[in-house]
Amino acid sequence: MVGDGASMTTSAEPYVLNIGPQHPSTHGVFRIRVVMDGERIQDLDMIVGYLHRSMEKLAEERTYTQNIPFTDRADYLAAMSSNLGLCLAAERLADVEVPERASYLRVIFAELQRIASHAMANGTLVSDAGAWQTPLLYMFREREKILDLFEMTCGARLTTNYMRIGGVAFEPPPEFWPALEELVDELPDRISEYEELLTQNEIFVARTRNVGIISAEDAINGSLVGPALRGSGVPWDLRKAEPYCVYDRMEFDVPIGRTGDVYDRFMCRLAETRESTKIIRQAIEGIPDGPHKTDIPLALRPPPGEVYGRVEGPRGEVGFYLVSDGGPAPYRFHLRAPSLINLSLLRELARGASLSDAVVTLGSIDIVVGEIDR
Amino acid sequence: MPAGPTQLAGQRVAEALDRALPGIVTVSNDEWVEVAPARVDEALHWLHDSEEFDAAQLSSLCAVDYHDHFAVVYHLQSLDLNHQIVLKARVSDHEEPALPSSYPIYKGALLQEREVYDLMGIRFEGHPDLRRIFLWDGFPGHPLRKDFMGIGQGLTSGLRRFPFEDKANPDRQLNRDNLIGDEQDVPSEWSGTAPA
Amino acid sequence: MSDQPVPRRPATPMAQQILDRGSLLDDAKRLPSGVKAAGAVFALGFLAVNVAIAYIVIDGRLDGHWYDFRDLGNAIAQLRTELDDTGTGPWLSYWVTGLIGGVAILSFLGGFLLIGSWIERRLLARFQIRMGPNRVGPFGLLQPLADALKLMQKEVLIPIGADRLLFFLPPILVFIPAMLAWGPVPWAPNMAYLDINVGLLYVISITSLSVLAIWMAGWSSNNHYALLGAMRTVAMMVSYEIPISLSLLVVVLLTGSLNLNEIVAWQGSHNVWMAFLLPFSMFTFFFSSTAEINRTPNDIAEAESEIVAGFHTEYSGMKAGLFLAVELGNALLVGALFATFFLGGYTMFGLEEWVPPYLILAVKATTGYFFFIWLRGTLPRFRIDQLMTFAWKYLIPLSIANVLIVAVEATIAARWEAEGIVIYGSFALVNLALTVYAVRAWARVIGYSAELEHPEGPRTADRIGGLKAARQIRTGA
Repeated sequence: MVGDGASMTTSAEPYVLNIGPQHPSTHGVFRIRVVMDGERIQDLDMIVGYLHRSMEKLAEERTYTQNIPFTDRADYLAAMSSNLGLCLAAERLADVEVPERASYLRVIFAELQRIASHAMANGTLVSDAGAWQTPLLYMFREREKILDLFEMTCGARLTTNYMRIGGVAFEPPPEFWPALEELVDELPDRISEYEELLTQNEIFVARTRNVGIISAEDAINGSLVGPALRGSGVPWDLRKAEPYCVYDRMEFDVPIGRTGDVYDRFMCRLAETRESTKIIRQAIEGIPDGPHKTDIPLALRPPPGEVYGRVEGPRGEVGFYLVSDGGPAPYRFHLRAPSLINLSLLRELARGASLSDAVVTLGSIDIVVGEIDR
Repeated sequence: MPAGPTQLAGQRVAEALDRALPGIVTVSNDEWVEVAPARVDEALHWLHDSEEFDAAQLSSLCAVDYHDHFAVVYHLQSLDLNHQIVLKARVSDHEEPALPSSYPIYKGALLQEREVYDLMGIRFEGHPDLRRIFLWDGFPGHPLRKDFMGIGQGLTSGLRRFPFEDKANPDRQLNRDNLIGDEQDVPSEWSGTAPA
Repeated sequence: MSDQPVPRRPATPMAQQILDRGSLLDDAKRLPSGVKAAGAVFALGFLAVNVAIAYIVIDGRLDGHWYDFRDLGNAIAQLRTELDDTGTGPWLSYWVTGLIGGVAILSFLGGFLLIGSWIERRLLARFQIRMGPNRVGPFGLLQPLADALKLMQKEVLIPIGADRLLFFLPPILVFIPAMLAWGPVPWAPNMAYLDINVGLLYVISITSLSVLAIWMAGWSSNNHYALLGAMRTVAMMVSYEIPISLSLLVVVLLTGSLNLNEIVAWQGSHNVWMAFLLPFSMFTFFFSSTAEINRTPNDIAEAESEIVAGFHTEYSGMKAGLFLAVELGNALLVGALFATFFLGGYTMFGLEEWVPPYLILAVKATTGYFFFIWLRGTLPRFRIDQLMTFAWKYLIPLSIANVLIVAVEATIAARWEAEGIVIYGSFALVNLALTVYAVRAWARVIGYSAELEHPEGPRTADRIGGLKAARQIRTGA
């Protein structure tokens, strides 16, 4: 008996823990029912739909332009990117030309949105790891400035509704450009600051290193996209693979992780913000004069057909599958939501992990519940 | 046709599929390829394993209701070869639509198939955990079907609120005929017809 | 883009306020002039009184009398002799002095809880580039009062299925040890409420009592979060009692007394702080205390992002308020104990002759508290298995080794006839060197991986692709 490890094990009755719908680490109304054995997770079940608005059904009753605000409300942390996805898809469907200046503006705003969204994602991840909101608020400092820029340009901070089919809604005001340059100048310093503060912090590293490892095979097979896929070492970025707007003229790197753990996903996001500042700087230098949008009929009637348009949002591939029957509203409007699909592997990741690890893993996948539920 | 820049022509996929799995392809054009619904898992498996197509990732899965049938659309992509394949399966049974699940091949289908089941009502045989995802159990009907609570059954069209003119730019006044003015001509205008 | 400079649009009012935020000194500068003048008068008067007292002391006229304000214990002793002289028997003097001391401790703590929560929130806000509470009263000073009033007005909910008695008791039970533990803390040579010879044992045993109340709270709440939090607390407290006791044992070895007053007096008479002599014990005590009182980085018992609020998830109203107050009071208690054991207590290299010693202790205790706040605003949280590993595989073996080393040193000190500065200077150097070396060496022994120390950042992909490209990049092809 003594010394025999197997016979010394104790057994405990598993119990069910409801994480959410209101819980500090679910980042919205998202619920996980966890079957736990002590601190270990035996099984879990995701329960979503608390924010379900049946966007796809509503979209079938509205014109393409009227649908743009829905995309704001889907991924409310990255409204610009989802706007852009819908506009690109609708433009391809209706064969609308986009002026070059509009493409540059789209790149600038999409990249600003990426920085803002990654700041939020990384901040909440560190907050989940237990740093009591300090990194989150530091990252909000930059996000705040970016949202100020959005407000300057289109009047809204979160639900921007800025992109239009055929261009962008407004020309940025003159005071936008100096503010943008100031921001782009100081961003690399800020990112270095976070790297100094967090990436070498031993507690943070101990909490995130080798936690929630996703292999490259699983990441591809599980339809993971964005930083979750790149964190696993898969060099896949739609901005490079299928360049839209003017990304083919931009020089930037695609950072990929080494082992696919939480730390790699965190670091990929941090490195991507640095790349985004590079892109914005190139876009500021290269932006031509000209109109910011082409006029399209208010009731755009694309020819019958279907299209799958996609962009690389902060959370990965945001895809829009539009089917047109020739009418002013899409016959079918499907949003491929990266937040929802990235959760496909959560159950496998969390099984056998401790509660603390599962919370950090969920934070590293970076979900937005508005987009999950739609 | 507005095919994506990296989208493979459906005929090319259809040829290869037909060679490997005779009789599986029903329709193909330069955008997509349609396979026999009962054998869609075979097609996915073959595409996933094939060297030529290497459909490693299921990018998106959704279904479209064409009144007389459902089309389940699989957007597959190969990351290494950087191309996209659009695969469709036509489900004719409108009462009890069912398809083989793609979960054994693509783990990413786990939640997407649940979503299609919830909103469109298509059963995926072989899915390990096929439950409603957004709506609660016992919700009447499947909202994304075209016969679910359309105009005239309680839903107000957003198009009704569509402006008749651009007040800032009166020159861009639109042809009233192009717009939906009266409630009775709403369904015939845009909601009923399926694209060819 | 236009080339001519365009004025920067002012940020939003709140952003502007944050940008314009100055230091706390700037806040002080914005005080009304009347308050400033009153403060100056008070400070000058305080200084003058102290200088006067010091002058009288040096003159040799006021040593140990009741009107010596540097030690309020003298006044109590005087009161006691006078009460005893009335001939009513000793019970009267015990009751009266006991009540006075108890009320003094309670009112000190009560006052601190009010000001302390303001300090904590305000400082945290400064760490987090926020404003902090600044609406209720001047600089938001009355915010804790408002919070307390709000908490008292709230309904106290008892969850269905809770054990009502066990649910009712913990907020009270957890308060008692937090108060009792203040007893032996010496504020001045004659100013300790419980000047007992087993003071150190008393402190250790009393502080470990609160785990019972916490377990009761977690168990009776009928809530899995509360249960998880309570289980974590119990595991952590049981584990970290040992390093705390071992680190204090080392102090006892050197000073030769369990009496807190004598420990302080030893540091005062040798003109050295234990912190210099025993750096490892100091670290162990501080770190283990953070686990004992659930503060960052060891706040896993109420880890917000995991188990909401831990053992007090289900408590509402003033009951939750009591838990929060105890948490705050415990932080100050640990600060005071830390100061007593390792920072010379009420002594300050002779300054205690000039400044009331209890003020010195209060400043030191608040400094300890400030460190807790600082940690809270800076560090992430450990995982429970990491904490347990740290206690059992790291702190306890090293603490035992530390006890052995210091035992040898204490023996040497008793026999070595040399100047105190030579003896203790050499000990301090040896211990510091040993601490730095042993901590690193032991970390290697128990398998601390180097990748935690220097984690590699992300790679840069030179191509786009899927699995094949990933493998090629990984192998460097």
